[in-house]
Amino acid sequence: MSEIPLTHILFLSSGLFFIGVYGLFTRRNMITMLMSVELMLNSVNINFVSFNKYLYPEKLDGIFFTIFVITIAAAEAAVAIAIIINLYRSHHSIDVEDASEMKY
Amino acid sequence: MNLTLFLLFPLFTALAILFAQNLKQIRSIALAGALLQLVLAVKLLLTYNAERASGNKSQMLFEYIQDWFAPLHLQYHIGVDGISIAMILLTSFIVVAGILVSWSMETLSKEFFFLLILLSLGAYGFFISLDIFTMFFFLEVAVIPKFLLIGIWGSGKKEYSAMKLALMLMGGSALIMVGIFGIYFSSHTSTGAHTFDLLLLSKMNIPIEIQKMFFPFAFIGFGIFTAIFPFHTWVPDGHASAPTAASMFLAGISMKLGGYGCLRVATFLMPDAAHAYSWVIILLATIAIIYGAFATMMQTDLKYINAYSSVSHCGFVLLGIGMLTQTSITGAVMQMVSHGLMTALFFAAIGMIYSRTHTRMVAQLGGLLKIMPFISTVFVIAGLSSLGLPGFSGFVSEMTIFMGSWQNTDQLYRLATILACASIVVTAVYILRAAGKTIMGPITNSHYEHLSDASWNEKMAALVLISGIIIVGMAPFLLINLIQPGTEIIINKLGVAINH
Amino acid sequence: MSHPIYIVLIPLIPLACFLVLGIFGRKYFSNSAGIIGTLGLLTSTLLSLSTAYEYFFVSGKVNGVFQKIEVVNFTWLQFSPGVSIDLGILIDPITVMMLVVVSFVSLMVHLFSLGYMKGETRFATYYAFLGLFTFSMLGLVLSSNIFQIYLFWELVGVSSFLLIGFYFEKPSAVAASKKAFIVTRFADLGFLIGILVLSFYAHTLNFGILIERLTTAGSPYLNAINAASFLGVSALTWGLLLVFMGGAGKSAMFPLHIWLPDAMEGPTPVSALIHAATMVVAGVFLVARLFPVFALSDPAALHVVMYTGAFSAFFAAVIACTQTDIKRVLAYSTMSQIGYMMFALGVSKYSGEDGLGYMGSMFHLFTHAFFKSLLFLGAGAVIHMVHSNEMKDMGGLRKLMPITHISFLIACLAIAGIPPFSGFFSKEEILMASFESNKLVYAIALLTSGLTAFYMFRLYYSIFWSKPADLHHGHHGEGTWTMKIPLILLAVLAVVAGFVPISSWITADGNAIHSSVPISFSILPVSLAVAGILLATRLFKTANELPERIAIQMGGLYKAASRKFYIDEVYLFITKKILFNLIGRPAAWFDKNIVDGFMNLLAKITAGLSELIKGFQSGKVQDYALYFFGGIAGLIIAFIYLWK
Repeated sequence: MSEIPLTHILFLSSGLFFIGVYGLFTRRNMITMLMSVELMLNSVNINFVSFNKYLYPEKLDGIFFTIFVITIAAAEAAVAIAIIINLYRSHHSIDVEDASEMKY
Repeated sequence: MNLTLFLLFPLFTALAILFAQNLKQIRSIALAGALLQLVLAVKLLLTYNAERASGNKSQMLFEYIQDWFAPLHLQYHIGVDGISIAMILLTSFIVVAGILVSWSMETLSKEFFFLLILLSLGAYGFFISLDIFTMFFFLEVAVIPKFLLIGIWGSGKKEYSAMKLALMLMGGSALIMVGIFGIYFSSHTSTGAHTFDLLLLSKMNIPIEIQKMFFPFAFIGFGIFTAIFPFHTWVPDGHASAPTAASMFLAGISMKLGGYGCLRVATFLMPDAAHAYSWVIILLATIAIIYGAFATMMQTDLKYINAYSSVSHCGFVLLGIGMLTQTSITGAVMQMVSHGLMTALFFAAIGMIYSRTHTRMVAQLGGLLKIMPFISTVFVIAGLSSLGLPGFSGFVSEMTIFMGSWQNTDQLYRLATILACASIVVTAVYILRAAGKTIMGPITNSHYEHLSDASWNEKMAALVLISGIIIVGMAPFLLINLIQPGTEIIINKLGVAINH
Repeated sequence: MSHPIYIVLIPLIPLACFLVLGIFGRKYFSNSAGIIGTLGLLTSTLLSLSTAYEYFFVSGKVNGVFQKIEVVNFTWLQFSPGVSIDLGILIDPITVMMLVVVSFVSLMVHLFSLGYMKGETRFATYYAFLGLFTFSMLGLVLSSNIFQIYLFWELVGVSSFLLIGFYFEKPSAVAASKKAFIVTRFADLGFLIGILVLSFYAHTLNFGILIERLTTAGSPYLNAINAASFLGVSALTWGLLLVFMGGAGKSAMFPLHIWLPDAMEGPTPVSALIHAATMVVAGVFLVARLFPVFALSDPAALHVVMYTGAFSAFFAAVIACTQTDIKRVLAYSTMSQIGYMMFALGVSKYSGEDGLGYMGSMFHLFTHAFFKSLLFLGAGAVIHMVHSNEMKDMGGLRKLMPITHISFLIACLAIAGIPPFSGFFSKEEILMASFESNKLVYAIALLTSGLTAFYMFRLYYSIFWSKPADLHHGHHGEGTWTMKIPLILLAVLAVVAGFVPISSWITADGNAIHSSVPISFSILPVSLAVAGILLATRLFKTANELPERIAIQMGGLYKAASRKFYIDEVYLFITKKILFNLIGRPAAWFDKNIVDGFMNLLAKITAGLSELIKGFQSGKVQDYALYFFGGIAGLIIAFIYLWK
C-alpha cells in the first residue's frame, strides 16, 4: 500500500492556513474571522499530527500538542464569542470596522 | 531629631484625606497636617540651633543613612544644614497658607488636598535628601501634582499651561538626570564604587573636563525649575492658569527646588565649572532680571504680572549664585525664602480678588481699597515687599545680593550688578501701576460695591505669610545666622577650586 | 556717655502710634486717633528738646568742640566682616537740630490736622501714616550707618507715597503719588550704587569710620578709592556723585524735581510736613552728613553740588513767578530754597571760619522749616475755607482770616529776607559765604532772592488782597483753635528763629564760627528784596490789567516758565515712548513670540512628527494582524536569506 507522501499533507495544511489568513484579512464579520482563525489552528494541528506520524512515529509529542491546541481553541472560541456578544451589545454590530475606537 | 517625620507626616495626612467623608473633614485634616508640619519645622529649627549652640560643627545634622537599592548605590541619606532648614520652614509656611486659601474648594476636594500634600511631601523630601538620586526622585514627586492641579482645577487655557509646565519641567529633569549621572560615573569612593552621596561627592575632586561637560546640564536643568532665561515661559502660563493654592505652591516652593538644586548640586559639586561658567550664569540672570521686569510692565493680567516679576526676582537668586561670593550666595538663599513668601502672598491676594470680582484684568479693576480694605492692604504689602521696601523681606535679601555682587570686582560683573540694581526702579513702576489701578482710583464697576472683605481663613493665610515676611525683614540676622555656616562650606569648596 | 537711652524712644513712639492706629485704628480709634497721634508726638518733641538741651548745653561739647556720639549700635544685617547694616543712633549737632525740627513741625502738623482732616473716613489711617512718616524721618536723621540711612530713606519715600495718595479715589492723586515714588526711587538707585562704591573701598558702612577712612590723607582706603577710576573719574567722585543723586532726588533738585509740584495732591498739612520742612531737606542732610568727605577729599563733587543747587534755586524761582496754584507756587519756592541750602554747602569749606556756607546751609534749613511749614499750613487754612487751590478763586481774605493773614505775612517777610525775620539771618550767611567763594553763584543767589520776594508777595496779595472777598465763603470761619495754634506758634518761630545761635552750635568741624555779617553787606540783598516786594505790590495789590500785559509782553518766556520749561513733557517722552514703547513692548513681544514661540515650535514639531506616524495606530484589528503577519514574513525571509 503506497503511503500518501508527507508533502501532500503539507500542501493541504498550508492551503488551509492561507485560506484562514485570507479569511482573517478580508472578512469584516467577526464570526467569520473567528472561523478563519480556527482554520489556521486546524492547519497547524494537521502539521503536528503528520510530522509526528512521519518523522518520529515512536513518540506522541505532536499528538499531545494537537490536543492542547484543540483545548485552547475551544477556550479561545468561548472567550472570543463572549467578546463578540459584548461588542454586539454595545455597538449593535459585529463588524470589526465599526469597532475602531481604540486608536491614536 | 528624626527627619523622616517630614515624609511621614505628609504621607499620613494624605492617606487620612483619602478616608475623609466630606469637605469639612478633608480640609480639617489637611490643615491639621499642615500645622503639624509647621510645628515640626519650627521644632527642627530650635533643635538645630540648640545643637549648633552646643558646639556641633558637623556639616549636616540629624543624618541618617539607609541603603535603598544597594546594587546601584542608591541610599536614603538625609540630613539638614541651615540652608535646608530655611527652605523647610518656607515650605511649611506656604503649605499652611495654601491650605487656608483653598478652604472652600468644592470640586474634587479630596483629590485637590491630596495633591497639595503630596507636593509638599516631594518638597520636604527634596530638601532633606543628601543623596542626589533620592533628591531627584523627590523632585519628580513634586512635579506630577502640579500638572494635575493646573490641568484639573485651573482656569483659562489650563490644558495648554499644564502640559507646557509639565513638559518643560520634565525636560529640566532630563537634563538634571544627565548631570547627576555624569557626576555619579566620575565618582569613586575608597572601595572603588560610584556614589550618589552628596557629602562624599563634595569631598572628591571631579576632573575639570567632566565638570565642564556636566555642569551645564545640571545647572540649566535645575535652572528651568527656577525660571532661567530663556526657559522661563512655563512660569507665566503655569502660574496664571493654576488655582490660587497651586500658584502659591509653584512660586513659593517648587521654583525654590531649582534654586536649591543649582546651589547644592551644580555649584557645590562642580566648583571649577561654576567658576568657568559664572559669566554665562550672570548673563542669563541679568537678562532675566531686566527683561523680566520690562516684560512685567506690559502685562495686563495680575497673575501674569506676578509671574513675570517672579522671573525677574528668581533672576536675583541666579545672580547671587553666579557671583560666587559668600555674601551673594547668602543673599541668594535669602532671596529664595523672601521671594517664596512674598510671591505666595501676592498670589493669595490676587486669588482673593479674583474669587470676588471674577476678573484679574488690571483695566477692569479699580478702587478696591474702599470695598475690601483687608485684601487691598495685603496686596499693597505684597507689592511693597516685592519692590524691596525696608522692613519686609525683599529689602534685606536684595541688598545682600547687591552687596555680595559688588564684591566681585570684574568690570562686567559690576555692570551686571548695576543693571540688577536698576531693575528695582522698574519693579517700582510695575508694582505701583498695578496697585494704583486696582487698589486705588475710582471704583470701576458698581457690582463690586457689595463684595465682601476677606473671610477668617483668608485672613489667617495672609497673616501667616506676612508674619514670615516681617520676621525676615525685621530680624534678618536670624536668617543670616542660620544660612551662613552652610554657604561658608560652599564658598570654601569654591575657594579651593579657584586655587588649583 | 551721659546720653540717655530715651533717644531711642523719640522715633519709636511714632512707630508705636503707626502700629496701633494702623492695625486697630479703623475699629477702635476712628475718632480718638488724632488725639493719640498728637500726644505721642508731643512726647517725642519733648524728648527731642530735652536731647537738644542735653547735647548743646550739657554734654555735647568736649574741649569746646561738639562731638559725634554713637549712642546705640546694633548689628542688624552682617554682610561680611566689618561690613554690616547696623541700627544705631549717631548724635551730632545736625542730628539734634533735625530732631527738633522734625518732631516739632510734625507736632504742629498733627495738631493742625485735627481740624483740617476732621470728618475724613480714613482719619485713623491718616494719623497712622503720619506716625510712620515721622518715625522714618526721625530714624533717618538719627542713622549712624550709611545703609541705615538708605533704609529709612526708602521708608520715608513710601510713607510720602502713602500720604500723597491719601485721597486714593482721585486719579490725579494716585498718579502724583506714583510719580513721586518712582522719580525718587530712580534717584535712590544712584544712592544705592554710591553706597556700594563707597563701602567697597572703605570696607565699612558706619558713618564715623567711613568718614574717617575717606578723609585721612594718605590712608590706604583713600588711596585705593582715588586710584580706582571709571571713565576718567575717580571712584570717590563717582561714589559721592551717586550718593548726591539720591539726595538730589529727595530734595527735588533739577532735573529730578518733577515730582515735587505734583506731590501737592496730598492733604495740605502733609505737604507742610513732608514737602516743605522735613523729607525734602533729607538730601541736604545727607550731603551735610558726608560733608567732610566732600570737602576734604573731593572738591570736584562739591562743585557739582554747588552748581546743581544754584541752578535749581534760580530755575524754580522763575517758574514760581508764573504758577497760579498756590500750593505749586509754594512747592517751587521750596525747591528754590533747598537750592540755596545745597549751593551753600557747595561753596563751603570744612574747617574754621571757612565753614560759613555749611553753617549757613544748616541755619537756613532750620529757619526755612518753620516759615515754610507755616506758609503751607496757612495755605491749608485758606484752601480749607475756599475749597480751591487756584489764585483766581481767592482774594480779599484778610478780613475773614485775620490770624492766617498775619502769620502768612510774617512767613512771607521771613522768606523774602527782610530783617529782623528769621530768613534774613540765614540768607545773609549763605550770601556771605557764596560772595567769598564764587561770584557767579553769589550773583545767582542775589537775583533769586529778589525773585523770591516778588513771587511770595504776588502770592500774598493774590490771596489776601487783590479783589473783595467772595462773601459766600464767609460762613465757614477760619477754622478750629487746633488749626490756629500751630499758625501762631510757627509765626512766632518764624520771627525769632533767626536769633538762635546756630553759628556757635552747628558747624562742619564742631568749632564755633564767630564772624558776623557786616551791615554794609546786607544793604544790597535787602534792597533787592524790598524792590521785589514793591513791584509785587504795584502789580498785585489790587486787581488790574498790568500783570496780564506783562505776561503777553514776555511771550515765549512766560509761557515756557508757566509750563515749567517742558521738563515734565521730556520725562513723559522718555518713560512713555522710550521705556514703554521701545523697551517694554518689544520685551513683552519678544517673550511671547520668540522665546515662547521657540518652545511652542518644539512642541509643534513633536506633534507634527507624531501626526505623521500615528496612522499606524488605526484601531482596526485587521490592520494590526496584517502588520503582525508582515512582520513574521519579514523575519522569516530575513532568517532564510540573511542567516549566515
